[in-house]
Amino acid sequence: MSRIGVFICHCGTNIGGVVNVPEVVEAARHMPLVAFADENKYTCSEVGQSSIRNAIAEHKLDRVVIASCSPRMHENTFRRTVTAAGINPYLLEMANLREHCSWVHSDARDATSKAIDLVRMAVSKVARHEALFPKQIGLTKRALVIGGGVTGIQAALDIAASGHEVVLVEKEPSIGGRMAQLDKTFPTLDCSACILTPKMVDVAQHPKITLLSYSEIVDVRGFVGNFEVDILRKAKLVDYEKCTGCGLCWQACPEKIPSEFNLGLGHRTAIYIPFAQAVPNKPVIDIANCRYENYRRWKETEEGEEPPQCRICEGVCPTEAIDRTQQDEIITEKFGAIVVTTGFKTFDYSVYGEYGGGRYPNVITSLQLERLMSAAGPTEGEVLRPSDGTHPKSVVFIQCVGSRDDKVNRPYCSKVCCMYTAKHAIMLKEHDPEVQCYVFYIDIRAGGKDFEEFARRAQDETGALYLRGRVSQIYQQGDKLMVLGEDSLMGRPVEITADLVVLATGMEPSENAAEIAQTLNISYNTYNFLIEAHPKLRPVETQTDGIFVAGAAVGPRDIPECVAHGSAAAVKAVALLSQDSLTTDPLISVVDPMKCVGCFACKEVCPFNAIEEQVTRDGRTISSINESVCKGCGLCVVACRPGAINLRGFTNQQLLSEVLTLVGR
Amino acid sequence: MQDTKAIIPEPASSLLSFVQSNTGQNISSCYQCGKCSAGCPTAYAMDIGPRQVMRAIQLGLKDEILGSSAIWLCVSCQTCSVRCPREIDIARVIESLRLLSQAEGTPPAQREIAVFHRAFLQQVRIFGRLYEVGLGIMYNLRSGHFFNNMNRLPSLFAKKKLRLIPQRTKGVSDARRIAARVKKLESELK
Repeated sequence: MSRIGVFICHCGTNIGGVVNVPEVVEAARHMPLVAFADENKYTCSEVGQSSIRNAIAEHKLDRVVIASCSPRMHENTFRRTVTAAGINPYLLEMANLREHCSWVHSDARDATSKAIDLVRMAVSKVARHEALFPKQIGLTKRALVIGGGVTGIQAALDIAASGHEVVLVEKEPSIGGRMAQLDKTFPTLDCSACILTPKMVDVAQHPKITLLSYSEIVDVRGFVGNFEVDILRKAKLVDYEKCTGCGLCWQACPEKIPSEFNLGLGHRTAIYIPFAQAVPNKPVIDIANCRYENYRRWKETEEGEEPPQCRICEGVCPTEAIDRTQQDEIITEKFGAIVVTTGFKTFDYSVYGEYGGGRYPNVITSLQLERLMSAAGPTEGEVLRPSDGTHPKSVVFIQCVGSRDDKVNRPYCSKVCCMYTAKHAIMLKEHDPEVQCYVFYIDIRAGGKDFEEFARRAQDETGALYLRGRVSQIYQQGDKLMVLGEDSLMGRPVEITADLVVLATGMEPSENAAEIAQTLNISYNTYNFLIEAHPKLRPVETQTDGIFVAGAAVGPRDIPECVAHGSAAAVKAVALLSQDSLTTDPLISVVDPMKCVGCFACKEVCPFNAIEEQVTRDGRTISSINESVCKGCGLCVVACRPGAINLRGFTNQQLLSEVLTLVGR
Repeated sequence: MQDTKAIIPEPASSLLSFVQSNTGQNISSCYQCGKCSAGCPTAYAMDIGPRQVMRAIQLGLKDEILGSSAIWLCVSCQTCSVRCPREIDIARVIESLRLLSQAEGTPPAQREIAVFHRAFLQQVRIFGRLYEVGLGIMYNLRSGHFFNNMNRLPSLFAKKKLRLIPQRTKGVSDARRIAARVKKLESELK
């Protein structure tokens, strides 16, 4: 027979001011199995807690009901209290007399009677409690970082600095991401490459970091501490063990392909590094565009005209590093934590027919302008018009292209465009004092350290004319572009003759962000930005334990924010990896294998992918709960048709006994 | 005055450089918050308010500003100048626009105000101080409102608020020298 102790708390006057506590105590003494009942002014105080411990010892109690505040407030406190007195912490039940009773009722008599009911229900429930024990599981002390932009670089470096191994996976041939494409950064006008490349080199040289460039995530299995990840290593056709990165091959390659890194403004070869400071500074062969690979494909069918053979790269390579036998390869690695930093791409403005939709060569994006301004760019830092290579003198900037526009399903603000446009206006004037910049804006959003001052500088000092309004149309007239808009401050239409138009295209998540999120089972919003566990208080965690998010993959962010979030995610990953084992909460679902019919309705509703299929010894396929993944939400219990699933600590029997007690049966 | 003709902005316009160099005020720094127009006691009567005057200077809309009633309805109370968060002395800027409009020979949008200013200064030039009766006569003649305020004359004379005989001050010659110098400066504006 159980001996249940009941402790009623006054919570000062919070409960005692409404509920007649002595009456509740008296009622509790007469409840079945109750061996002892008492009251406290503040049960959570040290005095209150020690009185519980003493009562447990004195009256040989083996289960405890504490009627006080919400379990959210003090359940853990009281679990520790009863554990100290030698009772399993899960043989404790709390009745909420504060939030559920005294705070919401004013009539003392009704409140007291409700309090008695609540205590009676708790007593009947705790009588059916079982002792539960948390489990310890091991973990792999390695982290995976997906995406080698500045956020991923920061996260990888910080995790590695704490002594844990890191694998950094980047889909492009080089890490660096969008930041590597920028010329300068606002508001300090630091050279972007100059501050980024040392970090890139640190990644390459760090003994704890393994860099897998030209690789992608294919599949993720497992759970916190024990992820198993399949990584596709795309064939580079270059043996990195032999290659020294001397550059002879890409100088000799005759094929010219529009450079992705320069956003089509320049050319690269078929064997290439994306940019001079690439890390790793070794080339890959673009199989789709390589002449010899074309020939090899033709050779298989011999259909159509025979393409030329080439193999010039193989001829010039001094170390015989070209390896045509390389194949795509999938490797499987184990990790304890995953940091997702898949970054962003710029909005494709071709949907804006009124801005030419890509027809006008002299309408470019801001990222293209970055490449034109960069000394390492296709024009070696000369800002030249793509159409005729002349210096533009009148430049119109249009902000919010693909931002704050419901029409193109981008209602959000991309946050950085106001600032980079101000930067462009300032820098263009520095490049050529004769340039006149016009900026069409809706609002100037310059929240951030030194940002407003910087945005003002563009107007006050460099004479950029800011016009409040969205441009309605751009059309070509001769070799000029006519830009039509409104100055909404004067309430008058505006017409500007421009040599170059720069569209401040907004941010959107990388192409395969949603795919990766699905693979990882983390949430993403309607624009494919990843969703954090809590936007304010858990900004780098996700609903899936052990998977962290950072950078512009989560939402539009500037470089300092990305770096800060990269570091934050790293700290969370390190905190996880620093543990020797992980403790799992025992309040989770459990399947009765005798009742389960294997319909897997539970698997469909589980938000955490905790349900696995298991074959029993008699050959039936039934559900099995992965104890490390289950969060105890109870959805599967509701979905289970034969009633085979129970939630420990909240079993059907326990809840039913509460209900029956309430209705007096 | 409000026009629907498209603006072709002239960023480094002669108007902007004229105003900036004449007043020492950085017009480009105006961020169009509208605090000036909001507090202006005469803005209700203006065709464009002080904020739009600043904007028009930024855009180089010279003809419109010089032809606007705003520059004449401004009473130089300086409320805008005191309140401007960008520390622009707006009243001073508008004063310089009035000067420019006269130097350019732009017909004032509020003719009577310009007439009044001229008549006022004429009295000061002649007598070294204001001769009210002379101002009244000159204003009525030049404005064409011949009988303006005539009905008030008897009581003003009776209470000795007006004197028929003008009084001269000792500094008449100084006042004339000042007037001559102002005239010279004004001609330099052209």
